[in-house]
Amino acid sequence: MRGTLCVSGMMEVAGTALRADLSGALVWDEQRLLVVSDLHLEKGSSYASRGTLLPPFDTVATLRRLATVIAHYNPRTVIALGDSFHDRDAHTRLTGDDRACIANLQVGRDWIWITGNHDPAPHGIGGEVADEITLGAVTFRHEPTGMRGEIAGHLHPKARVATRARTLERRCFVSDGACAVMPAFGAYAGGLSVRDAAFARLFPKRAFVAHVLGDTKLHSIAAARCY
Amino acid sequence: MPSGKGWNGSAGRSGQPHVISLTLDEPQATAYLPPVPPRIRPVPPDDRAALPDHFTTWFAARGWTPRAHQLALLDKARAQRSALLIAPTGAGKTLAGFLPTLVELGETPTPRSLARPAGLHTLYISPLKALAVDIARNLEAPISEMGLPIKVETRTGDTPASRKQRQRRYPPDILLTTPEQLALLLSSDDAPYLFSSLKRVVLDELHALVTSKRGDLLSLGLARLWRLAPDMRMIGLSATVAEPEQLARFLVPQPDGAIAAADVVVAGGAAQPVVEMLDTRERLPWAGHSARHALNEMYELIKANKTTLVFVNTRSQAEMLFQEFWRINDDNLAIALHHGSLDVAQRRKVEDAMAAGRLRGVVCTSSLDLGVDWGDVDLVINVGAPKGCSRLMQRIGRANHRLDEASRAVLVPANRFEVLECSVAIDAIADNAQDTPPLRTGALDVLAQHVLGCACGEPFLSDELYAEVITAASYATLTRADFDDVVDFVASGGYALKTYERFARIKQDAKGRWRVANPKVRQSYRLNVGTIVEEAMLKVRLVRSRGGGKGATGAIARGGRLLGEIEEAFIEGLTLGDTFVFSGEIVRYEALAEDQVYVSRASDSDPKVPSYMGGKFPLSTYLAERVRGLLDDRTAWGVLPEQVRDWLSLQKDVSRIPARRELLVETFPRSNKHYIVCYPFEGRLAHQTLGMLLTRRLERARARPLGFVANEYALAVWGLGDMSLMVKQGRLDLAALFDPDMLGDDLEAWLDESALMKRTFRSCAIISGLIARRSTTEEKTRRQVLFSTDLVYDVLRRHQPDHMLLRAARADAATGLLDLRRLGDMLQRIEGRITHRPLDRVSPLAVPVMLEIGRESVYGEAADELLAEAAEELVKEAMG
Repeated sequence: MRGTLCVSGMMEVAGTALRADLSGALVWDEQRLLVVSDLHLEKGSSYASRGTLLPPFDTVATLRRLATVIAHYNPRTVIALGDSFHDRDAHTRLTGDDRACIANLQVGRDWIWITGNHDPAPHGIGGEVADEITLGAVTFRHEPTGMRGEIAGHLHPKARVATRARTLERRCFVSDGACAVMPAFGAYAGGLSVRDAAFARLFPKRAFVAHVLGDTKLHSIAAARCY
Repeated sequence: MPSGKGWNGSAGRSGQPHVISLTLDEPQATAYLPPVPPRIRPVPPDDRAALPDHFTTWFAARGWTPRAHQLALLDKARAQRSALLIAPTGAGKTLAGFLPTLVELGETPTPRSLARPAGLHTLYISPLKALAVDIARNLEAPISEMGLPIKVETRTGDTPASRKQRQRRYPPDILLTTPEQLALLLSSDDAPYLFSSLKRVVLDELHALVTSKRGDLLSLGLARLWRLAPDMRMIGLSATVAEPEQLARFLVPQPDGAIAAADVVVAGGAAQPVVEMLDTRERLPWAGHSARHALNEMYELIKANKTTLVFVNTRSQAEMLFQEFWRINDDNLAIALHHGSLDVAQRRKVEDAMAAGRLRGVVCTSSLDLGVDWGDVDLVINVGAPKGCSRLMQRIGRANHRLDEASRAVLVPANRFEVLECSVAIDAIADNAQDTPPLRTGALDVLAQHVLGCACGEPFLSDELYAEVITAASYATLTRADFDDVVDFVASGGYALKTYERFARIKQDAKGRWRVANPKVRQSYRLNVGTIVEEAMLKVRLVRSRGGGKGATGAIARGGRLLGEIEEAFIEGLTLGDTFVFSGEIVRYEALAEDQVYVSRASDSDPKVPSYMGGKFPLSTYLAERVRGLLDDRTAWGVLPEQVRDWLSLQKDVSRIPARRELLVETFPRSNKHYIVCYPFEGRLAHQTLGMLLTRRLERARARPLGFVANEYALAVWGLGDMSLMVKQGRLDLAALFDPDMLGDDLEAWLDESALMKRTFRSCAIISGLIARRSTTEEKTRRQVLFSTDLVYDVLRRHQPDHMLLRAARADAATGLLDLRRLGDMLQRIEGRITHRPLDRVSPLAVPVMLEIGRESVYGEAADELLAEAAEELVKEAMG
């Protein structure tokens, strides 16, 4: 993951102004709420247990970026929007340091783990566990349904943009003003093109904007411009 | 029925062939020898080399006389020595390689059960499975005609499992196979049984095998064979190479701390080829690689000859030229197309038609550099840059099957710089110069694959395997530390964070022997063996155009006719709306979804993207040096066409002709931008890397660079800052700009994001077995569920930058896609020899590279700038 952290752009969902951070986190300033989605912690060791020995540094890498963005915004509440752990046993494979790091981040703030398809059950790593949460006009859940006011993850949106010189491919937020899908935050989380059929079901007329994570700033690019 | 590989060279011709037989005056591999360079002295044919009577009769019945080098190899075999035969095409190389085996097995034609114990006697390894099949067919004749009690079989990826099973139990006398199949055989439990009887290994097309990671894998396989069958001797068959003594090392076990080499036998007597450059009546293009200007002249050549091979450097050039030939083919000449991305059945059809003498011309790529010889090819046309003289020589050799008849070739340069390159290539051939690359240092990712393979067979001790591995010529200098890192990697990933012990793929028993942890590991190894990493491919479908829309992607009809497959990397370099040639048509890039590329028929007569991509190989260092020499030597310009001489003279008047060791740098303004052009002549790959690094440095110097373009000879960078003025005012120091220290921090910073480096890493990750190219269990469909090796690269580089896989990728980058070593050598060469010419406008020498702008992808522009432009459209749209 590249990019300077804590550069952000504004985005609106169901009349609520939200801050999209270059790290892939979403911040609701008034609520002092920070949301990250699809951390996929211990994805490396999950593959390793099945014979593909991916480098075991993904959890550390993800947590370090999370710590930086939390330190910057100092939120009162953190929501991890599902698929925080790559599999049901992933939390048992965390190192002592990783556990301490998470515990440290949880000090002095509320922490809510939204369940996801990879981590549907509670795992006992501090904080609360919920299937979804509604705050004012906004509902946070893992799998998107396209409902107004919904902020979801699950799809790992990425935008492929054909530019004058070459094609660029980056993670992005996707929003049509009514609902939004967040990019994956995890170091090993791949991406799905915003032009995939899965997005067409959520945004039937493709009238959405991709807020693309550039190297140093966010770029709001029309869906029609992505492919 | 193909006529087959030329069996005895100048078959049918009697009389004493002119052969110089050479040998190394050195015992081989018997003792720990000091590393003295081998002396070469001629050796007269020996009486011992005489053929048994029934062989002499057989030769005579065919009207053949055994050639001196064929007898020389027999002699070597009888003296229990390994040998490397260097011979041109048509010298009866293959028969020479098999003669010792045929003679040994056929000396007393008694029933095999009485004569000797059954078992595998000779293993033949070729880079192409088609070649193995062809050789098997050719061995039938002498074996059946002389009634030799010899059983020959092939073993390739196509061999049915039941026959493979049987071959392990009841091996044939001669087994013909590929390096990958050898690796698989060695990883099986019965390898010691199977190979214990082995007497000889014959390696065909060795010059081609050793230049890649396949050669590394083969070299490790040989090291294993030397241990399993200590009496085994080797025969290597090779085209002419720059350093035969180095290649000969490949054939014998290397003693610890010293050097050993097989004897070298050189077949002489080949006629000097007749190579000319097309002296075109047309105007020579400034740039481009199509050679379309010479189309009619090439067509006339095809018409005037019986069968012509037209070699080009890339698949898309082949497509384009083939299409153009048929556009003007009023005589309906049978002209065919042959390249590696064509369907196998399609290729076989062309090859069979060729063998039957039904074709007048074949437009082909390096897919025909090697392999089965067919028919009577009487002319080779090489279109575009020759790139290297040895490579060109091998292509030219395809034109002739008779050793004592000259091959004929015509070189067709596609632009003015290529005229220089063709001209020096012709001189180099006349000088018998060779520029094959030096012997590789074995790659660590290949070693990892081999170590896993070893653990799949009999359990091994690290000490013993290390001792074995360093007998392989490619791994003779491998350190114990690197070896241990590789074993650690194979076991549990080799990570500083030791958390994967419980997932280890290989484990040590109480005696310290490594073995596979479970059968799944063995199964996965078997599915993934090999070092050829296919590029990620996308399916190309033809749909109706949405019409016009610049960049935007409206709804596009899905489905469409399947045209074929194309490299993902090529598509990544495109922008929507770009046109390119595919499958003989000009198409427009419309959309990409999952693994499908949608294209429509384009009405353009010129594809916007020539998809040249430089071909696989850059201009050889040797030819580059000669091109610089030719430029520097005005008296030699006489041989060049007038158009080219005028071009160079004009350059001399308005700027300067670079001297042999000098780097000429020109700066000039052009339509609101400022350009800096330099001429290193080091090949496109090295120039691209240089471009990436120079752009970073110019950025820091506040020259506000915008992009760059590179070709084989030159590099142009443009920007907003007036670089002529900056140099004059001392704000830009050219010596500092080109300082070799750019290979330090700037390189490191760039490697963080380099797509080429990530591609290199991906192939190391696959070869080493970190990730599977084929998986036994999971069906991976949605791209979203895959991890991306790019992300793995990012994380590993940050957390363990000295990890073995990153070291392997770095070693590849030195010579591969980034060509770092060559760039480094160049920067050293030009230190203190930079000449700057500030100009008012573009110089004649700069025109070719300037014309590439817009044809070639532009690199170096910051992602944010480009994304911002895309975002601006949204703003415009919003503002109405």
